Amino acid sequence: MKRRKNVSYAKYGYIFSLPFILAFLIFSLYPTIYTAILGFTDYKGLAATSWSFLDNPFDNFISVLNNGSFRQSLVNTFIIWIVNFIPQILLALVLTAWFTSRRNKLRGKGLFKVLFYLPNIITAASIAILFYSLFGYPVSPVNSLLMKLGIIDEPVFFLVNKNYARGIVSFIQFWMWYGYTMIILTSGVLGINPEIYEAGEIDGATGIQAFFYITLPNLKTILLYVLITSMIGGLNMFDIPKLFMQGGPDNSTLTTSVFIYNQAFSGSYLYNRAAAASMIMFLIIAVFSALMFFLMRDKGEIQIQKEAKLLKKERAKLAKSQEAI
Amino acid sequence: MSKTRKNRGILFRVVAYTVCLLLAILSVLPFWIMFVNATRDTFQIQQDAISLIPSTHLMSNIKILLGKTFDPIKGLTNSIIVSTASTLFTIYFSALTAYALVAYNWKLRKPFFTFILAVMMIPAQVSVIGFYQFMYKIGMTNNFMALILPAIAVPAAVFFMRQFMIVSLPLELVEASRIDGASEFYTFNKIVLPIMKPAMATQAIFTFVSSWNSLFLPLVLLTDSDKYTMPIMVSLLRGDIYKTEYGAVYLGLALTVLPLFVAYFLLSKYIIEGVALGGVKG
Repeated sequence: MKRRKNVSYAKYGYIFSLPFILAFLIFSLYPTIYTAILGFTDYKGLAATSWSFLDNPFDNFISVLNNGSFRQSLVNTFIIWIVNFIPQILLALVLTAWFTSRRNKLRGKGLFKVLFYLPNIITAASIAILFYSLFGYPVSPVNSLLMKLGIIDEPVFFLVNKNYARGIVSFIQFWMWYGYTMIILTSGVLGINPEIYEAGEIDGATGIQAFFYITLPNLKTILLYVLITSMIGGLNMFDIPKLFMQGGPDNSTLTTSVFIYNQAFSGSYLYNRAAAASMIMFLIIAVFSALMFFLMRDKGEIQIQKEAKLLKKERAKLAKSQEAI
Repeated sequence: MSKTRKNRGILFRVVAYTVCLLLAILSVLPFWIMFVNATRDTFQIQQDAISLIPSTHLMSNIKILLGKTFDPIKGLTNSIIVSTASTLFTIYFSALTAYALVAYNWKLRKPFFTFILAVMMIPAQVSVIGFYQFMYKIGMTNNFMALILPAIAVPAAVFFMRQFMIVSLPLELVEASRIDGASEFYTFNKIVLPIMKPAMATQAIFTFVSSWNSLFLPLVLLTDSDKYTMPIMVSLLRGDIYKTEYGAVYLGLALTVLPLFVAYFLLSKYIIEGVALGGVKG
């Protein structure tokens, strides 16, 4: 009876997911395939209307992989990401430990969280130009501040120095994201069974021991989630490097996204090259994505198995009690 | 023993509050400088670029800013149109898709969900060349629909809605509605959607903000300055025509940041809660 009912309603599953599927096919899947195909063609130039496959279909990929700017962009992306991520995760962990400390309750946590998360919600384009103005030369707020504090005597031209420029982009990323990471980690800690902490306290664990032996191991999945999403976000970074210094000085803040944009849309119209670079980026992201996917799936599956076990147990109990009757 | 412990508690508080206070200042100070400098003229900023006290040149800065290419009203209007429409599409259709995944037993349900999980993390950036060429061919560059329609299919939003629906939608309610003779579509609109309100509100905030802030796709698709959204307007401030107009640049930035500030401080409670739920990246 029940089964027949399910069958008669099943078609609504298809009907209701149809808008999503259609929009996905048209606006995501088709453009992705189209991009992949263009990567093997000679399609370039503003007014180009037709294209044909290259004799050696991998020419674009080879030339992108041999392109100095593209390689530089991969290196930059990695440097900018690592310089922002390590302090970000450390600070987020320290703040999480403080904000969830069971012994020393801090006041004003809510307000601090709101303030720490604030930069994340503001338009990245505005932030990039704001920092460009803050670090200007010869007069700018940062130069004024450093001179007032007596740290420097002469204004510093931050924006022509490769390391400073990269450092500032890393700092912006750090500044925008540590609050987000902290909130995610805090909510992860609140999800840990408090009985574990109580048991630890009975055994005489200090707050620091509890953090290293209870909190950290239980946050493993969430830390991995933060790591992978941050990596993918880092690979996509566009607004800040593009508007802060246009990828400069001397390509030092050029990221893969900015590289792709510049190849295709600012002057050179090398759509085929940009498409090949997109596909290389796609492959890198797909690897990270796959990691993420297995992580999430395993978590879901473990839960399903747990539930199934519980159900079995209860059934067995029920069967036993019925037998007894 | 208890005394050292007490001392340690005090030390902890001093360190923790100092660090938190410094970080709070770090969050606010750049914006504070921006708002203050928006009211100062170029000469004042050149004398001393850092000041915490507003000046009186707001009106002249407004005149300089609006005298050139930057048009905040147009940017605001365009951004509101794109972001509102995208948000409505995303929350409605992801709730509908999530409902298909939760309430019905269909053959491809599991593969479909697996697929959504698999593509959730893939960003739009990697297909932008194909997307642009496609839109160019069908004459939809400079058309807001090219930015709005893709909002129907946002895998991460579907995932979020599904997680919420599994715990908070009692399927007996759907069953009861069927017995009353309601159609499936009616049941979704009148019974399921009201239950989904909290999840939809959270999702709406994050979709709106990310659409409002998005620069990459609009920058690629919109070449007509009448169609510029706010982030593209902002990018004009980086151009040569505003090079020496420091006050006007700060004012332009302040105008783009202000609506977000107001919205954030009104909704901060829900936003922080939404972030804590995880998986919804702004």
